[in-house]
Amino acid sequence: MSKFKKKTKAETNIPTSALPDIIFMLLFFFMVTTVLREQEILVEQKIPQATQLQKIQKKTLISYLYVGQPKNTSLYGTEPRIQANDVLINTSDIVLWVNQQKDALSEAERDQIWISLKADRDVKMGPISDIQFELREADARKLMYASVGKVENN
Amino acid sequence: MGKRGRMSQEVNAGSMADIAFLLLIFFLVTTTIASDKGIMNILPPKQDPNEPPPEVDLNERNIFKISINLNDQYFIEDEVRQNIDGLSDEVKRFILNFGNPDEDAVALFNSLPPSLRGMAEQSPESSDHPMSGGAVISIKTNRGTSYEKYLEVLDLVKKAYFEIYGERVGLSGEEYRALTGQSAAEKELMDRGKENIPMAISIAEPDKIGN
Repeated sequence: MSKFKKKTKAETNIPTSALPDIIFMLLFFFMVTTVLREQEILVEQKIPQATQLQKIQKKTLISYLYVGQPKNTSLYGTEPRIQANDVLINTSDIVLWVNQQKDALSEAERDQIWISLKADRDVKMGPISDIQFELREADARKLMYASVGKVENN
Repeated sequence: MGKRGRMSQEVNAGSMADIAFLLLIFFLVTTTIASDKGIMNILPPKQDPNEPPPEVDLNERNIFKISINLNDQYFIEDEVRQNIDGLSDEVKRFILNFGNPDEDAVALFNSLPPSLRGMAEQSPESSDHPMSGGAVISIKTNRGTSYEKYLEVLDLVKKAYFEIYGERVGLSGEEYRALTGQSAAEKELMDRGKENIPMAISIAEPDKIGN
């Protein structure tokens, strides 16, 4: 027992003077990576999982379409709806919306627009294919099915 | 004055960590690490209503048919499937079948690394060659098919292509997918990977009726 007692006499204080620096570093990381959401999502968003994900380098080229069951079912019903910017739109409004999004880009980038389709995993293919049809009409053919990574189990 | 100057001038920094913690927690909670990732897909150009869709003359054997019905059941090459394990490998074998290659396709075949050449079964019932007009993967859904299942299938087909592309340039599918094409060297790799093997994924208009 005396052997152990000797050891406990050693200084055990952990120096905490560098703690604020560490915390600040973490703080800056989150401050830089954070994107404060300026719009409220009005539809359910359970993004499906996939493995073959790719990233778009230029974020300014991306426009988002949210598809899913409205959160406020008493107001908007239970059928899947499309949200663009901060309002729910109908399928027929997509062409107009795409053109607005294209106008916001510079002339050279207009035909490089990417549409990121953030669809809920419970949505059926019907609404999705309607959206795809409208996007073809609007000549915004670069579509990305937004999904989150899945751990491969093979 | 003298007395004051001798007093400790240090600002008490003990609570700095607390303040930083508070801010940190705020950003931790509000942050959503932007997930601009997804499966890329290029839609076909819009149809001219005055012109009927171009009749593509493709032999049955050149189309790998995947269809998912209303009840999320898979039909792969007209066969009912319970799950889609191994679909990616099947697609790869289909693309690289080289059943009836023409001159260009033979040249392409010879340029492939041995590991990919080994996959060529040259079955007369499968695709002729992977070049344009050759192997096509067709994904057909019903309006009632769930989006998740569709994405799952598209994911596996994409995986097959990325693995082929990667193997051609000595990368894994994963590494090939991560290429951005921003530097000239990366762009060269990307071009070399997909040269003459276009990603021919056809997404058919979904069925309207049940079943």
